[in-house]
Amino acid sequence: MIQELTLPPKQADAVNTEIGPSKFCPGCGHGMTLNTLGFAIDELELKERAVFGCDIGCSLLAWNFMSVDSVQTHHGRTTPVIYGISRARPDTVGIAYMGDGGGYAIGAQHLVNAATRNEKMLVVLVNNTNYGMTGGQMAPTTLPGQKTETTPYGRDVEAHGKPFLGPEMVASITDDASYVARGSVNNLRQLKTFMKKGLTNVADGRGFSFIEVLSLCPLNWRTNNVDTWSRLKEMESFYKVGELRVPEEIKGVK
Amino acid sequence: MVKKLITEDTKLFMTGNETVAYAAVAAEADIMYGYPITPQNEVMHTWAKLQPKTEASFLQTEDEISAGFATLGGVIAGKRAFTATAGPGNVIMQDAMSMAEMMRLPAVFVILARGGPSTATVIYSQQETTLTVFGGNGEGFRIVYSSWSNQDLYDYTIKSFNTAWKYRYPTYVLADGYQGKMREPVVCYDPSSRGIKMVPTEPYVRAKGLPGIDRPPCHIRNAFSVEEELLEAMEEYQNDFDRIAPEIEEYYTYKADDAEILVIAHGIVARSVMTAIDALREEGVKVGLFRPITIRPLAVKPLREAVSRAKQVLFTESALGQLARICLENMYGLTTPYDTYYRPGYGIVGEDIVHKVREMQKNLVTT
Repeated sequence: MIQELTLPPKQADAVNTEIGPSKFCPGCGHGMTLNTLGFAIDELELKERAVFGCDIGCSLLAWNFMSVDSVQTHHGRTTPVIYGISRARPDTVGIAYMGDGGGYAIGAQHLVNAATRNEKMLVVLVNNTNYGMTGGQMAPTTLPGQKTETTPYGRDVEAHGKPFLGPEMVASITDDASYVARGSVNNLRQLKTFMKKGLTNVADGRGFSFIEVLSLCPLNWRTNNVDTWSRLKEMESFYKVGELRVPEEIKGVK
Repeated sequence: MVKKLITEDTKLFMTGNETVAYAAVAAEADIMYGYPITPQNEVMHTWAKLQPKTEASFLQTEDEISAGFATLGGVIAGKRAFTATAGPGNVIMQDAMSMAEMMRLPAVFVILARGGPSTATVIYSQQETTLTVFGGNGEGFRIVYSSWSNQDLYDYTIKSFNTAWKYRYPTYVLADGYQGKMREPVVCYDPSSRGIKMVPTEPYVRAKGLPGIDRPPCHIRNAFSVEEELLEAMEEYQNDFDRIAPEIEEYYTYKADDAEILVIAHGIVARSVMTAIDALREEGVKVGLFRPITIRPLAVKPLREAVSRAKQVLFTESALGQLARICLENMYGLTTPYDTYYRPGYGIVGEDIVHKVREMQKNLVTT
């Protein structure tokens, strides 16, 4: 039986509804992540202060996804553009949105130094264990044994290195002023809380916030619905979901 | 708001790098992002040292890539932001510079050329001309001033901020480590005392009002989905560039009107040419100088006129013809023969030009 839906989907005010259907592939985790970010911005009433920056790769498709001021940059370069903005205008709540390639490979130096300097900005890094836009190559986060276009026989940790543990790395180089967490599109309610904490930490002018989001890429994973979800479960057993650093002042943020 | 240092004319004896920092303060620049590389370091040193007085912002970034992109961030926030770099730093900053071209961001870049290619030497060359003018994966939508003295560095650093914010193309001051490291007397002034009004800046993001409520959200990008969109943007940029070029073009000539031998040089080499011209004129040799001040856009019409009047042309640079290539493509159809005196990465003095011109008199070039 076909049931007609009469209610429009609930969308955040901070999301741009004028662009129509999302440009992300069916089943992609970016839309869920961005909507969640939108709700977090709404609930904290940060629309006026927020500046959203997106990287190259699939994340660039977010260039007009948000109804907040946005700038699309080059591969790996969203972090310096955002701290360039927030240092020039310090009450800005800058959000650098990127993929695992942008944050952990080509832009790793920016992530490391922005975290070390405690730049007052939020980095949201979407980990889907591969380079999606360019056709599914190995990412720093590709799981051991995972097949990608550049590891067609599976990622061999001897030859290709071990998966990159981003939040663990960021937590180890930051201090108590930083907020560091790993969420998953499997639990958007929790992810929203993480994002609210990360945004609050920046809005308070306290410090650097970093959230990795375990996400989905059914197109390049070549997985159906069931397998996509079990892949996410596999990722969650490898990459531990949770908070790694929470400043005392924002522990109560829900 | 940055506090002014110079309110009345003050003559200072300082290096070119210090001059750039003082000029940026005079231009009310708000923020500098930089990364150490010789020979531009003292631009940062001076900017940082002056901070308690100017209350301007500074960050030493993790590399030139970040210095470039953070500068663009400063511009996007609506501030006069600039950076300075050289050599390999100029190479990796092209990533940010090409984004500035595509998004027409009025960032100011000060380039103190050092030897190349690669690490080469740390002080001097004119080998970054092509890179500064046409670097990046694009069409060179940039405005490039080539200075030849510390006073020039002061004047054109101020001017570059206004050119950038008026026309919205990334703007460059191209010099070299000789100028950066050499001390010269510089008359520092407040731009308003010369009738120069600083072009107001405006933010791209966080303009007044709530995005999506009071105004549409700002969405700026450098990626396009289809070829038609890109073509349209490139044609618009080119048309705008062609339209504004006559307002921006600058050049300088010295005894060029009756010159039989016209020397074409830019930057500090053009000063050596002046020395040579004075010596040769005393011997009765009719030599003159054509010095492009804007390497891009090039003052094509005056260049062609000067070249047409001369019997021979001499290109001289501390590079293997980087300026010459830019000039020659704009001299198509002219038949004046030319010769070259190229010293890649090597200083050129007046005597070198004197010898070369004498040689040219003996053996007339025919190409």
